[in-house]
Amino acid sequence: MIFAPHSEDELVDCVRTARARKSALRIVGGGTRQALGRPVAPPATLSTKNLAGVTLYEPGEMVVAARAGTPLADVESLVAAHDQMLPFAPMDHRRLLASAGASTIGAVAACAISGSRRISHGAARDSLIGVRFVNGLAQAIKSGGRVMKNVTGLDLVKLQAGAFGALGVLSEVTFKLLPRPESAATLVLRGLDDTRAVDALSRGLGSPFEVSGAAHLPAGVGAESARTLLRIENFADSVAYRLGELQKIVGAGEVLDDAATASLWCDIGDVAFFAGDGRVVWRVSTAPSRAPDFVRLAQRAGPLAHFYDWGGGLVWLAMSAEGDAGAGMVRAVVAQVGGHATLVRAPADVRARVDVFQPLPASVMRLQRALKASFDPDRLFNPGLMYDGV
Amino acid sequence: MSSIRFPAPDPAILARREEIVVGLARIVPPGCLVTGLDERRAFETDALTAYRSVPLAVVLPRSTQETAAVLRYCHGAGVKVTPRGAGTSLSGGAIPQEDSVVVALTKMTRVLDVDYANRVARVEAGVTNLGISDAVAADGFFYAPDPSSQLACTIGGNIGMNSGGAHCLKYGVTTNNVLGVTMVLIDGTIVEIGGDWLDAPGYDLLGLIVGHEGQLGIVTEATVRILRQAENARPVLFGFASSEAAGACVADIIAAGIVPVAIEFMDKLAIEICEAFARAGYPLDAGALLIVEVEGSEAEMDAQLRRIVAIAERHGVTTVRESKSAMETAAIWKGRKSAFGATGRVADYICMDGTAPLGQLARVLKRTDEIVRSYGLRVANVFHAGDGNMHPLIMYNVNDPAEQEKAEKAGEDILKFCVEVGGCLTGEHGVGVEKRDLMPRQFTVDDLAQQMRARAAFDETWLLNSAKVFPLEGRAA
Repeated sequence: MIFAPHSEDELVDCVRTARARKSALRIVGGGTRQALGRPVAPPATLSTKNLAGVTLYEPGEMVVAARAGTPLADVESLVAAHDQMLPFAPMDHRRLLASAGASTIGAVAACAISGSRRISHGAARDSLIGVRFVNGLAQAIKSGGRVMKNVTGLDLVKLQAGAFGALGVLSEVTFKLLPRPESAATLVLRGLDDTRAVDALSRGLGSPFEVSGAAHLPAGVGAESARTLLRIENFADSVAYRLGELQKIVGAGEVLDDAATASLWCDIGDVAFFAGDGRVVWRVSTAPSRAPDFVRLAQRAGPLAHFYDWGGGLVWLAMSAEGDAGAGMVRAVVAQVGGHATLVRAPADVRARVDVFQPLPASVMRLQRALKASFDPDRLFNPGLMYDGV
Repeated sequence: MSSIRFPAPDPAILARREEIVVGLARIVPPGCLVTGLDERRAFETDALTAYRSVPLAVVLPRSTQETAAVLRYCHGAGVKVTPRGAGTSLSGGAIPQEDSVVVALTKMTRVLDVDYANRVARVEAGVTNLGISDAVAADGFFYAPDPSSQLACTIGGNIGMNSGGAHCLKYGVTTNNVLGVTMVLIDGTIVEIGGDWLDAPGYDLLGLIVGHEGQLGIVTEATVRILRQAENARPVLFGFASSEAAGACVADIIAAGIVPVAIEFMDKLAIEICEAFARAGYPLDAGALLIVEVEGSEAEMDAQLRRIVAIAERHGVTTVRESKSAMETAAIWKGRKSAFGATGRVADYICMDGTAPLGQLARVLKRTDEIVRSYGLRVANVFHAGDGNMHPLIMYNVNDPAEQEKAEKAGEDILKFCVEVGGCLTGEHGVGVEKRDLMPRQFTVDDLAQQMRARAAFDETWLLNSAKVFPLEGRAA
């Protein structure tokens, strides 16, 4: 069965019906990230496709609100017309997951999809300032609002960001925006090994020049030689000045212009380098300075491809899908180095066999279960998508 | 003031005070346990000084483990706990109940680790906000959120209230600058959330914990982001004939794609009060003042200021004065950051903290003035204009109960208006007890019940700071 409500009131009715029938729901937006998470197949689907439309856009307040099923592209083009943008540059999963469709703004919020600007402009959860959602009791709930400074009550907004729908079906989300930078450029350093590359990225990020992208692509990832990349976005004069100052700190390199910068960071953010092959892809979050150690330890177990974003703190790994798809090894190395790992791309049978999201300590898992019960006591929404039992 | 009600203390707990003190004394040494009446009085209130009550005892734990042992004991004994940092809350977040034990983290003040390569610092929760910046300043770094009380307030308190500050227009508030915490739950369980990386697995517990107002547990350590200082910073004073002109100028600056580090607003009365205190060179002939701070190289600041001045001129700016020295910069910020203290020298006041959408600022300012005047009182406005977070300071005579009540009523009316125009009750001070009973103005019964259920997922006994945030009637477990 497929529910596709046209309004929040209808959404409440759908949830009430599902609850009465004790029928769990798979929540679907644009369908581009269906292969994220543990494979689950609830008896019914709840689509947000008819909950569409921007409900508020105030360029002078740098805020946009839209119903959850609004295509992300619609929101992005609307605000781009006023030279504004979603600060966190959400990843488009379509290339990596070989999926089709149009991602929705609600999914960006629910899955907390951030991109390369995380290091300078915050994550999706940092820009998300308001949500409306329907909980498992079929109640329409709001948290946050349309103003960027708001500490009224518990922050359920952040809690919804990254809950993958398990704590409620989002009906409307509100994001704060930023002006789109007038100009962008990327400094490229060639031939650095991982450790020296992350060191260079750290020095760039530790400078006053507001590096908004810091990645390292080892040899063989997108090009023959290793490239260490630092992006500056600002007014044109400032970009020129800051690139000059930055090179005094990290060394001289070549400079990519606006267009080359845009396309390269799109590839990095979308993990395009690992698209279109049969390997599994892991996403590892750790401290930048320890990331090269992480990769070194992981490489001992077998061949893998990798690259770094977020100044080194975000590591993408591609490796064979054989056996446990590297899960045992990755989790062991995480335990040693610190951080967490998510299996972002893998065949469904693999995702059914191994933990997709980082297993949590018992004390934290207890809190997650209690929270799930407080929002969705009957486990109607995406049950088991993140963890067994929630 | 007496209009805010605290729950009646539980006589059974009060009767067991001796036993509870003995129990706590088994956990911490005498230097970490405050039991004398006079000494306990030091903890009877916070910066919302009109309300006070003396707690059963005060514990000053020295470690996460000690904090855990204290909470485990209180949980077992069924005793309420009031978490406390430096006690600078303006919303009464740290005011104890008579039948509660205060757990204050003022002995946990170490900066445990500074990691420049990863741009994070690990600190104990009792370290002051400014203490973090001071620890990294020599190396050119700082901790970004800068509440006016930053000299005294603790990072634990900042995390409790999701504190903001003048510079959060660019750098965000506490929740955007904390990456991990160690938190003790009411039953003594120690949980680690996040770390020195940029996101955490599972539901975003950290996002819920920041701003929890002492309801979910006691944060004992935190990993915070530290940022590199800008090359230079320059505040500029813009004087306008009226608040309306200043408010409209703010909206146009933002709409033009310029996001300064800070845009602070003062109305005429605030200018007079702050200038008398700080001698910062504020234009006394202006009806309203903006302090706009820009950052970068000298050339970059010049370029950004040219853009801002052009916009200000369209709104009839009457004075433009740039800081020409570090001393002038310090004086300009001293005037702004001591606005509350300076007002306190002139009159007693209550400070509101509502946020309004930027487009509604001028309207809210006008309405604020009308409301306060209708009660026969005066108001000074000083606030973070870039993000719409307003701080009307309603002046009254604390020794006149009728006037106190009027001031509180005026404050309520202003906050209700903020909510009406799309804003909220509190932008950075927290709900505490002060705005607890106004929560139904912003939230439905279902909204509040959902928040309370989420709260109870951490503390189903409701022992933690339980007089705060949620209206006492209709509480759901």
